[in-house]
Amino acid sequence: MPGLATQVERYSVVIAIGGVPVRVNTTDADFLDMLQDRYAGFVSAEGYAEFDFDVDLVAPAFSDPDADVSVTHSSGRWFMKRGDFHAEWEPATGTGRIRQTANPYSIDAVLRIVHTLVLAKQGGFLLHSASAIRNGKAFLFAGVSGAGKTTIARLAPEDATLLTDEISYIRKLDASMKSEGYVAFGTPFTGELAKLGENTSAPVAALYLLAQGPENRIDPVAAADALRELLANTLFFAEDQEMVHWAFQAACGFVERVPVYRLTFVPDARVWEMIG
Amino acid sequence: MSKKLYVARSPRIAARMLGEEMLVMSGQGSTLFTLNPTATILWQAADGTTPLDEIVERRICSEFEVKPDEALRDAEALAEDLAKHGILLISEQPILERPIASTPLLQEQPQR
Repeated sequence: MPGLATQVERYSVVIAIGGVPVRVNTTDADFLDMLQDRYAGFVSAEGYAEFDFDVDLVAPAFSDPDADVSVTHSSGRWFMKRGDFHAEWEPATGTGRIRQTANPYSIDAVLRIVHTLVLAKQGGFLLHSASAIRNGKAFLFAGVSGAGKTTIARLAPEDATLLTDEISYIRKLDASMKSEGYVAFGTPFTGELAKLGENTSAPVAALYLLAQGPENRIDPVAAADALRELLANTLFFAEDQEMVHWAFQAACGFVERVPVYRLTFVPDARVWEMIG
Repeated sequence: MSKKLYVARSPRIAARMLGEEMLVMSGQGSTLFTLNPTATILWQAADGTTPLDEIVERRICSEFEVKPDEALRDAEALAEDLAKHGILLISEQPILERPIASTPLLQEQPQR
């Protein structure tokens, strides 16, 4: 008599970004290989994960990655939707499910959203910025597309460790961590440079708001202007009021503790003589 | 004689004083506003139970050299403008309970 049930292989990979391990479960070995390749350097060998996501792969007809992303909250669950994926996540149980095609971009978007939600309540955020460590300190370079994030990352000297050329991961330390301030982590979220950041971290020493100009110069930025520009560059998906509150307070806390400057630069390596 | 007006801070707003400026962010559309000095005083005094004319007399006239009638007219216009942006609530009755049941956005923060 044939078996009534078919045993399905289940594969898992733990992707740890910003010190937050997320386990992704799939029944597709090729998809697992793709994830391990995509997030190389951020795959954790330890079994522990704070959150578990099951990925259901569907036929390509489902995809429309150009559609707007929607993030809503209801009955303790977050619902994330874009043309190329549907996902839900329940923070209380730490479990979620993603329905997507077999591509690396959908799960990448889900991970970014989940990390913004996790970080917000902790006073942290994801920021549209390049970041690098030099002399044990992390420096952030924020700006909209075309402001020079990739350029500044490309010009980084050999003694600088690139954390990302596109999306910086900022966590707030609190008293329970025996240290206060902000720490920048490397991320696998890449921009034009298409190079994964180093999976390391350092205390944030400064945020530079990028502008290209005829000379290299650094100017201080008033707190209110800093807040305005920080918020404009913060990744923020949920229109949920509580999340707006947390994002606002996180940005305020950051500009109160971290110096923010306008960095006007000529796109050549000399700009790094002013950093670090 | 005109009716008394009461003003209250909207629970949909997150606010913080940064440097010399009061910044408020509306939960609706994530819009960031910078309040001018008069609006900041009005915002800070808007407890829902103190009439607007008292706020003007005690807080605004004492801060700026302006006649009470003129100051009250300006404050009413300002309050209406802030209400249009969802920053303040205005009522002819004391505002004892905020109409929004969700988690308040406003969290008072120590001045920098």
